[in-house]
Amino acid sequence: MIKSPMSALSGSPLPQPINVHSLHKSLVRPRTLVSAGLTGLTALLTLSALVPLFSVVYMLAWEGSRRLSWDIFRKLPPTAFQEGGGFGNAIIGTLLMVGIAALLSVPFGVLGAIFLAEIGPETRLARWVQFSAKVLTGFPSILAGVFVYGAIVFYTKKFSALAGGVALSVLMLPTIMLTAEEAIRMVPRRMREAAIGMGATQAQTVRWILLPTAIPGILTGVMLAIARAAGETAPLLFTALFSNYWLTSGAKLSLARPRETLEVLNQPTASLAVLIYNFSGVPFENQKELAWTAALVLVLIVLTTNLIGQAFSRRSVRG
Amino acid sequence: MTKILDSVDKSPGKSQQIVIDCDIHDLYYGDFKAVRDTHIPIEKGKITAFIGPSGCGKSTVLRSLNRMNDLVRGFRFEGHVHFMGADIYASSIDPVAVRRHIGMVFQQPNPFAMTIFKNVAFGLKLNGYRGNRAERVEKALRGAALWDEVKDNLHKSALSLSGGQQQRLCIARAIATEPAVLLMDEPCSALDPIATRKIEELMVELKKNYTIVIVTHNLQQAQRVADKTGFLYVDTTQGGRTGYLVEFGDTREMFDSPQQEHTKQYLRGEFS
Amino acid sequence: MATATQTTVSRPPTRLETWSNLGCRLFCYAFAWLTVLLVLYIVGTIGWTARPAVAEYGLGFLSGTTWDPNTQEFGILPHIVGTLYSSVLALMIGMLFGVSVAIFLSEGFLSSILFLLLKKVKLQYHPLLGRLPDALEHLLKNLVELLAAIPSVVYGLWGLFVVIPLIRDPSNWLHDHLGWIPLFGTSLAGPGLLPAAIVLAIMILPTISAISRDALVAVPRRIREAAYGLGATRWEAILRVILPTASKGIFGAVILAFGRALGETMALAMLAGNANKISWSLFSPTNTLAALLANNFPEATPKDVTVLMYAALILLAITLVVNVVGAWVLQRATAGLEGGH
Repeated sequence: MIKSPMSALSGSPLPQPINVHSLHKSLVRPRTLVSAGLTGLTALLTLSALVPLFSVVYMLAWEGSRRLSWDIFRKLPPTAFQEGGGFGNAIIGTLLMVGIAALLSVPFGVLGAIFLAEIGPETRLARWVQFSAKVLTGFPSILAGVFVYGAIVFYTKKFSALAGGVALSVLMLPTIMLTAEEAIRMVPRRMREAAIGMGATQAQTVRWILLPTAIPGILTGVMLAIARAAGETAPLLFTALFSNYWLTSGAKLSLARPRETLEVLNQPTASLAVLIYNFSGVPFENQKELAWTAALVLVLIVLTTNLIGQAFSRRSVRG
Repeated sequence: MTKILDSVDKSPGKSQQIVIDCDIHDLYYGDFKAVRDTHIPIEKGKITAFIGPSGCGKSTVLRSLNRMNDLVRGFRFEGHVHFMGADIYASSIDPVAVRRHIGMVFQQPNPFAMTIFKNVAFGLKLNGYRGNRAERVEKALRGAALWDEVKDNLHKSALSLSGGQQQRLCIARAIATEPAVLLMDEPCSALDPIATRKIEELMVELKKNYTIVIVTHNLQQAQRVADKTGFLYVDTTQGGRTGYLVEFGDTREMFDSPQQEHTKQYLRGEFS
Repeated sequence: MATATQTTVSRPPTRLETWSNLGCRLFCYAFAWLTVLLVLYIVGTIGWTARPAVAEYGLGFLSGTTWDPNTQEFGILPHIVGTLYSSVLALMIGMLFGVSVAIFLSEGFLSSILFLLLKKVKLQYHPLLGRLPDALEHLLKNLVELLAAIPSVVYGLWGLFVVIPLIRDPSNWLHDHLGWIPLFGTSLAGPGLLPAAIVLAIMILPTISAISRDALVAVPRRIREAAYGLGATRWEAILRVILPTASKGIFGAVILAFGRALGETMALAMLAGNANKISWSLFSPTNTLAALLANNFPEATPKDVTVLMYAALILLAITLVVNVVGAWVLQRATAGLEGGH
């Protein structure tokens, strides 16, 4: 028998005649058996890892669809012993705060990315910026809320959509900055050279060549960041708190009254994530059912945003 | 700050006008001396070629003419390059302004990720041209012998063109603003023989209106298109690889009767 | 000297162009600085607001075991223990599954097995079915990534209504029969350490599997080929050659996942039980730093806020250290592989 090469050195000095049968496949031999067994084990573990996914999806579809109706957009969250209700204000609140967060973090992130990729890529400042971005990436989301609490809510003594939006933007910033940097770096060097060779200033190169070419990649990053922000609860718990009312109740929105319009942003705001959290812990069936429906809506929003982001990244590959 | 490059230096009648007077004493990338002692006058309306073995600094010298070497870290230049009445390496000169007046075509075709039209019109936009852009674009594309092939597809992506077409597009893009000088860094090395042929014919046509400087490793190409040729070689005597100008003159004279030993060897094909 | 050509369009940059170029560059520099300053501001805000509490409680805060707003006695040792205990537990479970998934994906087992099956029925070149193995492999990869997309509050909800009921009976069985082992010391009434750790493991699994998979895929081809060339079976190659080579990257993945677990809030706030005491039992309710903050901040008095900020500062310090170490390990892992070319 030919010995296993792993132990070849411990064999006898003279080569032994090769037993032809030892070349054939055989499941019975221990090494093959172990290998097949391990493959089976890993397969089992992998499929088990997917079980939670299927379970979550199933529960969302089964429990969440129970209360799925237009009411969720039209009605307000029910209080303790109320029946019915919806969470239209929470949907609006989530969209509003994610919107504020995007408005803050996208320009910030893209400008930082331009710095990292183009303006000062080898400088010491660039290394600090990258380090800062990586620190922010691993930031526990609750600490973003804690920070905004200490920086804003503490002083204004009010919970607000603005504070919630700022907290979310802190979480979105690193993702946007790092993916945008990557996207700009991916623009072929020779395109940049061509622009410089024609006498474009750095700003012109960025504005007319680098950014337009990198847009699909940047948008992918933005979408991913938005998807993540939409699902965040902790940062909103004590910055935007929650509200059982419509955002605009009592205020007349119009451009003629800008301060009143902005006041809308300066009050406690409902959000899907906080609603799910609040309703999951109460003993009322009505609330719990709505929590599942809200979870379904939230997951749909997150998934759609993710898919849009991936669609953008596929377009950039063609570019 | 920037000095606006004024054009006029009415030196008394030289039959050969020198557009760029390139005089490199020493050129460094960090500690590495890349080029030394190279003085090449670029004459107006002629095609000047740089030839020589690989690594002899031909591209480096070419890129010194429009300050593209500034993009490389540790670049140090000792010498003068006179263009439009000024030394472009003077501290008061804005390299961006220099590059506006000197166009460049690179080895790898590098159209922007835009439509064909926008590619060619880019230089016009950059220079704030307020006239009829379509007219200029057509003129440039005709000048690059690409008009007939793309005139119905001006709004297709430039990246959908073939390699040879892309390179001609890059030429069109460079001449759209009608710069004083056109630099071409081995423009045909990435192309097939047929596309190469087209571009060589193009160069001879362009010579009527532009001053062209090309780098090529193809001796036959230099013979076919260049009026003047400069042969650069590598000096390894001091431990590094420093390029320098060995010989410069009319192409025909240099190929028929090279003066320097290295030139003779190179033209005979003894090394490349 | 020649002039520019007669009909040239070229002109040097206008003053506007030059100034706006300068302006844009300055703008970018400004935002780069702002990024760094933001991080400092965040740390500073938390630290500054925590000042009074730090002054009052000092280091005893970290070793105290009582959390009682009424008597103003505050100690976060239970929370630190809870944070570490739940994260380590989640990490162990997450590593087992995460690395397995990473190996399964990087070796392409799914498509290989399916391909073998197709070969058995001679359908491997079928136009539609023949593409199935690769398509399913791709699907598998996306499904694992999908685990990461689900918001943590939804996982918390799922944990409350699916995981807890599921493990309640087996857990209580363990407690009834093996209760003398400290791990099973208490009964599972509802929220507790184990359900929280399970859900946390599921949440960090995608992180572990994605980074580990990158590390495994990055093992150079020639090393794999060397192993097979010596006659190793698939798994001998994996266990003795490929995994060891990728071990630094996997280690980095583990550390980063640990960092994520430490900072995770919602699933733990909903599933851990909010009990401010130390217990080694898997089934007893517990609390973590993040959950403490989540549960107490909304109704905190200004005095309580400073104490909570102190706790937040500790959490910040712990996660910062872990994340920086993790990033450093990963960087050394990728550098090592690139250097080996």
